[in-house]
Amino acid sequence: MTMRRSTALLGFTALATVAAACGSDSSTTTGAGGGGSGGSNAAPVSDKCSSSGATFSAAQGVDVADSPTFMRIKTAGKVMVGVKADQPNLGYKDTDGKRCGFDIEMAQLVASKLGVDPAKIEYKEIPSANRETSIKAGEIDYYVGTYSINDKRKADVSFAGPYFIAGQDLLVRKSDTSITGKDTLKGKKVCSATGSTPIQRVRDEMLTEPANISEFKTYSECVSQLIDKQTDAVTTDDAILKGYAAQSPSQLKVVGQPFSVEKYGIGLAHDDTALRNKIDDILAASFTDGSWQKIYDGTLGKSGSPASPPPLERY
Amino acid sequence: MGEKPLSSVLYDTPGPRARLRNSVISVISGVLIMALIGYLVYRFEATGQFESRRWQQFRLPSIQRQLLTGLLATLKAAGLGAALALAFGIVLAAGRLSDHRALRWPATVTVELFRAVPLLIQIFVFYYVPLQYHHPLPKLWALVLGLTFYNGSVLAEIFRAGILSVAKGQSEAAYAIGMRKGPTTRLILMPQAVRAMLPTIVSQLVVLLKDTALGFIITYPELLYVGKQIGGRINFGFPFVPALMVVAAMYISTCGLLSITANGLERRTRRSHKTTATIVPTNVTGEVAGWPL
Amino acid sequence: MGDFLRVFSDNRNLFIDGFTTTVKLFVIAGFGCLIFGTLLAAMRVSPIPALRAFGAVYVNTIRNTPLTLVFAFLVFAVPKLEVNLGFFQKACIALTVYTSAFVCEVVRSGINTVDTGQGEAARAIGMTFSQVLVLIVLPQAFRPIVPPLMSVVNALLKNTTVAAGFSVTEAGSILAALSERSVKQTPTLLWITIGFLLLVLPLVAIQRALERRWGRSR
Repeated sequence: MTMRRSTALLGFTALATVAAACGSDSSTTTGAGGGGSGGSNAAPVSDKCSSSGATFSAAQGVDVADSPTFMRIKTAGKVMVGVKADQPNLGYKDTDGKRCGFDIEMAQLVASKLGVDPAKIEYKEIPSANRETSIKAGEIDYYVGTYSINDKRKADVSFAGPYFIAGQDLLVRKSDTSITGKDTLKGKKVCSATGSTPIQRVRDEMLTEPANISEFKTYSECVSQLIDKQTDAVTTDDAILKGYAAQSPSQLKVVGQPFSVEKYGIGLAHDDTALRNKIDDILAASFTDGSWQKIYDGTLGKSGSPASPPPLERY
Repeated sequence: MGEKPLSSVLYDTPGPRARLRNSVISVISGVLIMALIGYLVYRFEATGQFESRRWQQFRLPSIQRQLLTGLLATLKAAGLGAALALAFGIVLAAGRLSDHRALRWPATVTVELFRAVPLLIQIFVFYYVPLQYHHPLPKLWALVLGLTFYNGSVLAEIFRAGILSVAKGQSEAAYAIGMRKGPTTRLILMPQAVRAMLPTIVSQLVVLLKDTALGFIITYPELLYVGKQIGGRINFGFPFVPALMVVAAMYISTCGLLSITANGLERRTRRSHKTTATIVPTNVTGEVAGWPL
Repeated sequence: MGDFLRVFSDNRNLFIDGFTTTVKLFVIAGFGCLIFGTLLAAMRVSPIPALRAFGAVYVNTIRNTPLTLVFAFLVFAVPKLEVNLGFFQKACIALTVYTSAFVCEVVRSGINTVDTGQGEAARAIGMTFSQVLVLIVLPQAFRPIVPPLMSVVNALLKNTTVAAGFSVTEAGSILAALSERSVKQTPTLLWITIGFLLLVLPLVAIQRALERRWGRSR
């Protein structure tokens, strides 16, 4: 009995290894298949990160008075930044572990102007649902990851910015013509990330029936469900959606007009006014000296449309 | 789980006609099962799951490193959880076996409480409650603490059953020559009980290892989390199928090795004359089953 | 204290919906795994080698796979085969597939505790297979099966929480939903714990009572 069992186990492991080895050698695919097989496998696929080309060097002699967070950063000699890791052109980690994207580079810009070498940034991947709790608990110093500013969140954290304005939109399958905007969602299945503003808006405005709403921790899981026809639309900010559509233009498209205004801000501790003002100053400078534009054009601008810096909202 | 005799309580040893009939049915069902598996493989192929770009990530050394790191994170959480659960289990078992009601009742309540609440909820408690009060626990420790208290309670029951299973004559003889309860438990009962309990304990540790997979819900970067990350890359065609297959193979081999050890221990103990304890049944969920209270 | 009670009363619907889904998952998966598990056990004790092998491979594979991985397979891998199922159904299937392996083992060991002599004697006096099964084997196998079976069923109830990680709105996902409404986590978790204690402790009490009545005599 044990012989049979261990043979079975070894067999299974061997099978998986063989499949992996064989899979990488085969260069033929059978037929058109269903929605799962798209794209050519002519060139080796990669998702290597490419940055915008902007360089950041740590500013010298920076001091922010009365900022407990800054004290912590200075003493530690490094900064802990919360980010996303699966949003192409915004916050992405490629197969080599390199991070790139608009949010990532904005985070690096802020860190460098705060006097920290960008190479010393400690990135923490925190999903949408845990952003406020992580900031409040001091797990991170600030968060740069499609973080929409709204009044409800301002009760828990504070925001510097906005540094970009997006709008909620819909991502659907290329072949789907029935969904054209937010009013055509009734009876359709919609997916978004737990704890994000888009999913709350879908619920509050009852854009579709509650039973048709599905939530996952990350948007990439939603997009996978969309391609597999388990859901009909993924909703979140158009900046994020355009990133996904750009990765797979034969299968996905963004439809409709943005039906909300999402102001991306840098989330930090609620009471740290000094740091907030400092970061606002850093952002304002980047808007005028062209560094914002260079970062945008080299990252998000590649998948979306041209844009210019938004007006800051200090409070 | 030794060799199955061909006759069982439900049917006699098959004679020549029965053997023929059984072979025919065996071949037919074998063909049907193969057909089912073949159909699944065909469906996978048709939807392009074996396309090279879906498996490409696994050739990259960085991905292989990530998988290994995930496995190590799993093993780390499991190792810490196991050590602490064993310690916690011993303490609780001592409490449960105590003669003093003041010790017995709290221990019983603790065991019942931690066994009744789902493990995921316990992990949430250890992760979110400290977070709310601004003293966050690292995710590893939230996971380990959840595993400790839950599995510790189950192990406490196993220990208790083990001690109770040592033949009564042993403890009676010890008391007859004047030994008190403490030394009796330590010198006479425990060594015999441990041999009997070992297979069940190892089984429960397999359960503990599997439960580390719950860590992905609090984004602890264990093996399943890494697998989902690999699978979530749109550039590679959302290779969830290959990623999950590889991760499954890793889990099955690791847990399987532990399970085989458990069975080996069970068989060796059965043949051993060094213990009068009956083997605590290696119950499949790790819950001690069928023992009179 | 008032705040604590208000957490429940303000969000009564969420709590009730969540736990209702938990119970629904539990009942459906419970029936499913009992049926499928018994079927697997039948396969494993049958005289047909192919079925025995299939049962053994199935059970041993599933027993060494985490439940979360089974769920992940159903939610992320199976859709690639273009099978369309709702998340609730997928959760039921995942729980059934996983728990049946354990039910199979419990039933099989129960059947194996019945002495072969019983079956031989029954067949010697001319009983048919179904008579042997129903009159001789099952009544004797019943006692060693029921308490560990209750234990497996108990574990199933607790395992339904795993569905929370896969977009099923049951009890475990109440936490995420309430923090969207900015409710603090500690009272939420406390209420969820109370809810589960109310569900699980009665089952445990029944299991203990059965163990006491039918404990294995040595």
